[in-house]
Amino acid sequence: MSKLNELFEQKLHVVNFGIESFYDDLVSQKVDAVHVDWKPVAGGDKATAANLRKLKQPALAAKIDAANQEALTRILSAQPTIVGLGIAGEVIPGMTKKTVLHAGPPVTWARMCGPQRGAVMGGLIYEGLARDVAEAEALAASGEITFDPCNMHDAVGPMAGVVTASMPVWILENKTFGNRAYCTINEGLGKVLRFGAYDDEVLARLRWMERELYPVLKDAMAIKGEIDVKVLIAKLLQMGDEAHNRNEAGTSLLIRELVPAIMNCDRPLEQKVAAFNFINGNNHTFLNISMPAMKCTLDPIFDIPYCTVVATMCRNGTDFGIRIAGLGKNRWFAAEAELVKGLYFPGYEEKDAARDLGDSCITETAGIGGFCMAAAPAIVQFVGGQVSDAINYSTRMYEITVGEGRAYKIPALDFRGGPTGIDIRKVIETGIRPIINTGIAHKDPGVGQVGAGIVHPPEDCFKQALAACAQSWT
Amino acid sequence: MVKLEIKKNAYYDSVTLMLISKELKKLDGVNEALVGMGTDLNKEIAHNIGVATPELDAEVSANDFFVAVKCGDAAVFDAVLKKTEELLNKKTESKAAAYMPPTLEGALKIDPALNMAVISVPGKHAADVAQSCLDHGINVMLFSDNVTIEEEKALKTYAYEHELLVMGPDCGTAIVNHVPLAFANVVRSGDIGIVAASGTGTQEVSSIIDQLGGGVSQVIGTGGRDLKKDIGGLMMKLGLDALENDPNTKVITLISKPPAKEIATEMLSLAAKAGKPVVVCFIGGDRREIESFGLVAAVSLEDAAHKAVALSKGEPVADYTGFAMGEGKAEAMAKEIAGKMAKGQRYVRGFYTGGTLCDEAMKLMIGTLGHIYSNIPLNAEDALEDPKGGKSREHTFLDFGDDAFTVGRPHPMIDPSLRAERVVTDGKDPSCAVIMADCVIGYGSHPDPAEDLAAAIQTAKAEAERAGRHLCCVCAVCGTEGDPQSLSRTQQKLADAGAVVLPSNAQATRFVSRVLANLRQEG
Repeated sequence: MSKLNELFEQKLHVVNFGIESFYDDLVSQKVDAVHVDWKPVAGGDKATAANLRKLKQPALAAKIDAANQEALTRILSAQPTIVGLGIAGEVIPGMTKKTVLHAGPPVTWARMCGPQRGAVMGGLIYEGLARDVAEAEALAASGEITFDPCNMHDAVGPMAGVVTASMPVWILENKTFGNRAYCTINEGLGKVLRFGAYDDEVLARLRWMERELYPVLKDAMAIKGEIDVKVLIAKLLQMGDEAHNRNEAGTSLLIRELVPAIMNCDRPLEQKVAAFNFINGNNHTFLNISMPAMKCTLDPIFDIPYCTVVATMCRNGTDFGIRIAGLGKNRWFAAEAELVKGLYFPGYEEKDAARDLGDSCITETAGIGGFCMAAAPAIVQFVGGQVSDAINYSTRMYEITVGEGRAYKIPALDFRGGPTGIDIRKVIETGIRPIINTGIAHKDPGVGQVGAGIVHPPEDCFKQALAACAQSWT
Repeated sequence: MVKLEIKKNAYYDSVTLMLISKELKKLDGVNEALVGMGTDLNKEIAHNIGVATPELDAEVSANDFFVAVKCGDAAVFDAVLKKTEELLNKKTESKAAAYMPPTLEGALKIDPALNMAVISVPGKHAADVAQSCLDHGINVMLFSDNVTIEEEKALKTYAYEHELLVMGPDCGTAIVNHVPLAFANVVRSGDIGIVAASGTGTQEVSSIIDQLGGGVSQVIGTGGRDLKKDIGGLMMKLGLDALENDPNTKVITLISKPPAKEIATEMLSLAAKAGKPVVVCFIGGDRREIESFGLVAAVSLEDAAHKAVALSKGEPVADYTGFAMGEGKAEAMAKEIAGKMAKGQRYVRGFYTGGTLCDEAMKLMIGTLGHIYSNIPLNAEDALEDPKGGKSREHTFLDFGDDAFTVGRPHPMIDPSLRAERVVTDGKDPSCAVIMADCVIGYGSHPDPAEDLAAAIQTAKAEAERAGRHLCCVCAVCGTEGDPQSLSRTQQKLADAGAVVLPSNAQATRFVSRVLANLRQEG
């Protein structure tokens, strides 16, 4: 009796690679079958396949696997918490009056995309460094202004992500590791600075936020003390949000935490009511909490030697940039950002769109956002999908991640933890790129949001990063 | 013109409405369209894109649904409203899209009990994929071709040591535990076990077994090179051993082209010790050697099926070389057909989608014909120049599944259109008397392979008739009644087109030989 005779006694369970109709035939006969969506490693790119082989050599692979487990442990043990609000220039490290922080990897003024240029000009006028657009443009081009990624200053910014010295920011702290992260207060939808709008209405709103809204929120947080964001994110995932493109539940949960303190703070009633109405009127208020929460969750994984986990993904509308935990904070791997596939507001179409923009994909980097799309099936309609597509999007992300969330769970997947910790080796091996839910900005400065949809990082970022890992480590 | 329709107190969610707006813009004659709830934001958008009316500003509230369109005329607007209604009421069929993992590891997470892999990825990647499956203890059916002999040797050596199957490379057919894999037919289950180094040969034998009322226990493919010296018949040995020990197998059938002498001896001596009756079909091979081991030799694929079924039923075994319709009737038909032909019609053209069937037909016919020109010639000097682009020469047989025809296109069993074109082309040749064609059905094959062929036969016969000739088309369908395409329906379709349809490739060949013999007699 050989093992083959044992097979004859079993029920056949078939895995199919290649011609899909062979799988369809099996399914039509009700045979247990799985079709593998097989692709050659790295699309047949030999240099990349060689780099991957090097990183899969047993001795090196063992070091990498251990490092990635350490990264996963740190991500899962993070305790992101709102600890208060402050003024960017006073609290963000390395911030000066003439520093403009922006979303995405490093970029020069000359290469900046339209909406980011618009937001920079708006920011310079708001700071009083320029009187009008012409002056702002000249100043931005003069070399007097220091442009730097938010991500290099413990900060994150949605869309254009422009942060200037006078802007109020939320302060979050990862209580487990003691590191902090900063993010501005969300301005709402429509014509707003983060989508590159900079007219008087935009600037007036920013000034109102600084003078009227900020004091109320700051006082309220002083009374409240702290808000545990990890708990809020765990809850909102069970309420149909994914904390990137859908923040309706998250915003409501935040308001429940804040309102008693707002009522108790010592400010005129009209100011408190206006502040309440503002954060209540904007579904995306919570985005500017979930982003820094994920930022301070991820930063502690930097400088774990041999770690191939992605510590940052971000885009500036020109480039998409990633950083790898084991290669440190100063090494960016960037390639041209892609166009977003999605649904456009009436009157706009794809040719109006800027390329992929913003630091908000820090959420996906930490395992929520698009990675938890199965928790927020409403999002999938932006790309004409069905609930089953949302589930498949999330399920695919398990193929490229190190582990699963412990607090952040997805009801539709039987409360499976969200896919957490993107391993660049797996991205290259499977050809599956991380999925990102995102808004779409108009390509011209001053217009604003024109749609929303789904986008991926360019594969080249991962190839470059893999090459750097293969080169750096033995 | 700008037209507006209002529905009071009707709520729809905004994403649905955005999707509908997008669809409406695609309609002919629509310049701009906006459907939405009457919120301030939507009214503003309506102004921005030029579909606002005073009525919209005055009458529509945030609880009202509106459709605002800039379009050519009122008829377009009616079409827009109809489309809107249709889209609002559309119920999405919930199709549970199955999740397809990108790697074997992912597949194992979904089903840890995987025990068989069907691999049809490009050849240069196939060995890696196959080895990864073997590493997980999963048997392999390797459909891919262009796998090197060294890779095959390495895979099979590993598999043999671990008692796992590597069926292939270039293995098209297997039925394991009654599950047809890749190109295979729905064959009733029974007590005949098959180990075969040939794809369509196996389909022919197993299908005829089914037609004769028999059934199969297991059908194991080995790939065409298994019995070459380099591989040494590793998979045939493994398969033979398993069938020996399989209580559900009463009769064993081995199918292959004639193997290398020492391999043949080794296989036959192993088979002789099986303790069960073994039918051996070495297509076109020497029967005496087989019989010297006390084994049953088959003279054709059809004969192998007949003998296996006879042994399975405990009936006496005899060579089958006759006609299901009866000897007399076959001869009369052949004579009648030959009588209708014009002077100069002399040659047979065999156009096959199944390589082994093509090979068998040539071997059964060569004795009386002398030369058969082919892209898979029996003798090297009969190789046809430029089989794909060029012309047929005298008696010509073409295997459309050969590399010359499949570069950059699917196998002819999946896409039989090239073969159909050739039927029409050669039908115009005044020297062509008979066109032979196979039609392989079953899983994996084209959903209706007879359709193209029947149309081509009809065209070719009609054109020949107009030119004062009678063209004879002879077909055999390889398959079973249980196949998705159905044996009888497929046969009927070909017969309706005017083809002479015979129950097996061997009978079709014998019939054509008789037609040609009658033509020769008439001079």
